[in-house]
Amino acid sequence: MLTFTEIKRSFLVSVWFMFLTFPIMVIRVNTIENVVIWRWKNMLFVGAGSFVLSFVWRFLMRRKEVGSKDAEAGGTSKSIFQRFMEEKRLYYPALGAISVIVVLFPLVFSMYQVNIMISGLTYVMLGLGLNIVIGLAGLLDLGYVAFYAVGAYAYALLNYHFGVSFWIALPIGAGLAALFGIILGFPVLRLRGDYLAIVTLGFGEIIRLILENWNEFSFGPSGIANIPRPAIPGIEFTLHQNTIFIYYLVVLLVVFTIFVVNRLQDSRIGRAWIALREDEVACQAMGIDKTKTKLTAFALGATWAGMAGVVFAGKTTFINPASFTIWESVMILCIVVLGGMGSILGVVVGAGFLILIPEYFRAFSEYRMLAFGAALILMMVFRPGGIVSGMRKTYQFEGIENGEASDKKA
Amino acid sequence: MEPILEVNNLTMDFGGLRALDRIDIDVKEGEIVALIGPNGAGKTTFFNCITGIHPPTKGEMVIRRPPKRNPQRLNGLKPNHVTERGLARTFQNIRLFPSMTVLENVMIGRHCRLRAGIAGAIFRNRATRQEEKQLVRDSYGVLEKIGLTRYVNELAMNLPYGEQRRLEIARAMATDPFLLLLDEPAAGMNPRETESLDELIVKIRDEEQISILLIEHDMKLVMSLSDRIFVVDYGKKIAEGTPEEIRNNPAVIKAYLGEEVDA
Ligand SMILES: Nc1ncnc2c1ncn2[C@@H]1O[C@H](COP(=O)(O)OP(=O)(O)O)[C@@H](O)[C@H]1O
Ligand SMILES: [Mg+2]
Repeated sequence: MLTFTEIKRSFLVSVWFMFLTFPIMVIRVNTIENVVIWRWKNMLFVGAGSFVLSFVWRFLMRRKEVGSKDAEAGGTSKSIFQRFMEEKRLYYPALGAISVIVVLFPLVFSMYQVNIMISGLTYVMLGLGLNIVIGLAGLLDLGYVAFYAVGAYAYALLNYHFGVSFWIALPIGAGLAALFGIILGFPVLRLRGDYLAIVTLGFGEIIRLILENWNEFSFGPSGIANIPRPAIPGIEFTLHQNTIFIYYLVVLLVVFTIFVVNRLQDSRIGRAWIALREDEVACQAMGIDKTKTKLTAFALGATWAGMAGVVFAGKTTFINPASFTIWESVMILCIVVLGGMGSILGVVVGAGFLILIPEYFRAFSEYRMLAFGAALILMMVFRPGGIVSGMRKTYQFEGIENGEASDKKA
Repeated sequence: MEPILEVNNLTMDFGGLRALDRIDIDVKEGEIVALIGPNGAGKTTFFNCITGIHPPTKGEMVIRRPPKRNPQRLNGLKPNHVTERGLARTFQNIRLFPSMTVLENVMIGRHCRLRAGIAGAIFRNRATRQEEKQLVRDSYGVLEKIGLTRYVNELAMNLPYGEQRRLEIARAMATDPFLLLLDEPAAGMNPRETESLDELIVKIRDEEQISILLIEHDMKLVMSLSDRIFVVDYGKKIAEGTPEEIRNNPAVIKAYLGEEVDA
């Protein structure tokens, strides 16, 4: 393996990198004393680093090639997650353990941790909703954050003007978001792929700009403050208790979301979404109403964003348009893509990676975008299907006697 | 008896190009009818017009679904509504759902015969469970008829080419059609596969009482299968008749072989 050509290649790579980074890593102009400092040591680091990295890179590439050859030869190319979920003896205890951890979490960890968890779980909800639109129906929606904003502002404004409580606002926010999903859906019915992405991106920005500029309606950039936290009527919560309460509420909502999304994707509608993603023309020719199917995907995807928005408003007690920028959409998109499109577990894992890890590595927050980019590139190269790829349940036929199709992971 | 599909004066313009020019075609119950013609003659466009993919520039398209046979216009219907009314088609370039299993592909075909909605999906009530069970049974039944059961849990994209074509037929059959439109079903098949396709088409007509309109280039297949043949060239119908009549029609020979035939 450590042949001469390999070493030569890595050597060339490192020389190339040293050359590329020379101006920024080595030369430093001290403008006060008007001298140039030559930091040759840095050059050495860059050289050594890229030398090692190029070895690692080629090793991984080779492994990947072997992997895909195995897959072609009919070998197993299943991910760890997949094998895990198929092994019932491991799956159920793991599920139990996770449930226990989730339930005990706020009793063991600090408020700070609980708050991070709440935001992570909110993104799970958002990711699961977007997963319906992108992962299942294959509609690249970049304006998803608009529905999040609709939910949040629905609660904030209804509460401000009419004193509507959180519990009533939750279904209203969800319903309003669904309605907006349909409103957005109509004009983009004929669009696909990049065109759809651009128009939905524009839609997201329009909603944000309206919220920012229509002062009489949304109070502009200053936002709305003093939104009540969700509470049980008649019980006085301390802030700490309230956070824990919100935590459990979000956990319940996530479980509810997973339950519903799981059932949806395993149904007549879910199959129609997947067929729509696979081939729009054939899908229609097989008797599926394209318009209706697309609109239900937009509406049912937006519903969860609306709910997440209401929870977000209730948790932070203050919202303004700055919380609903295009970056939020991109973040949610990354959760879905990185986690594994069309897979519920993938979204959960993706949200974990993208929300929790940056929170815990705040010290490196300057490099966050860099790490993000690197992670995405590595992902596209080595696991284009996402961390949990190929996890879609397929109908597996197991005999005509009972006429039963049991759902298995394929 | 009145035809189950009657197309009159069908004209289709793509900008300045007249892809179909006043075409009249009809299919009677229980017939296997072939539509032939050189490449670019407008055959696929004809299918696209009657299945609602392209709204035609001019012309009347009427179906009479047996046994009631009350006439229904196809003009202005969306593709899914055409399918609901009992026309089902396959595509010249295979258009399966590649990462769905064979069974799921057929299940999609039955979509328009099912009722379950969002509430049914979420609550999975008795009616929905019943429907899903029946769906799997029916879909498997279709695969049995077409002879694809050994691939039932295979992803569609992993099927051999010939079997993919058969799966397209199976998926179309699942929609419960009275008329099946096949666009070059034998394209890319080897002689053995073509022969078994021949048997399959006859079987579909005889056992399922589904009439068939097919586009085909394989003359052997066309001549042996068809009750009647329509020939189009440059968007115009140049001949119609039994295989015997078509074989000896000078206009057809000219269209297929070019001017040299005259010499
Ligand atoms: N969607 C379309 N837009 C423009 N021209 C088309 C379209 N579909 C087909 N045509 C043209 O119509 C003519 C007939 O095509 P087609 O029906 O595919 O022929 P074939 O008989 O080989 O199936 C061709 O000249 C083709 O270029
Ligand atoms: Mg054609």
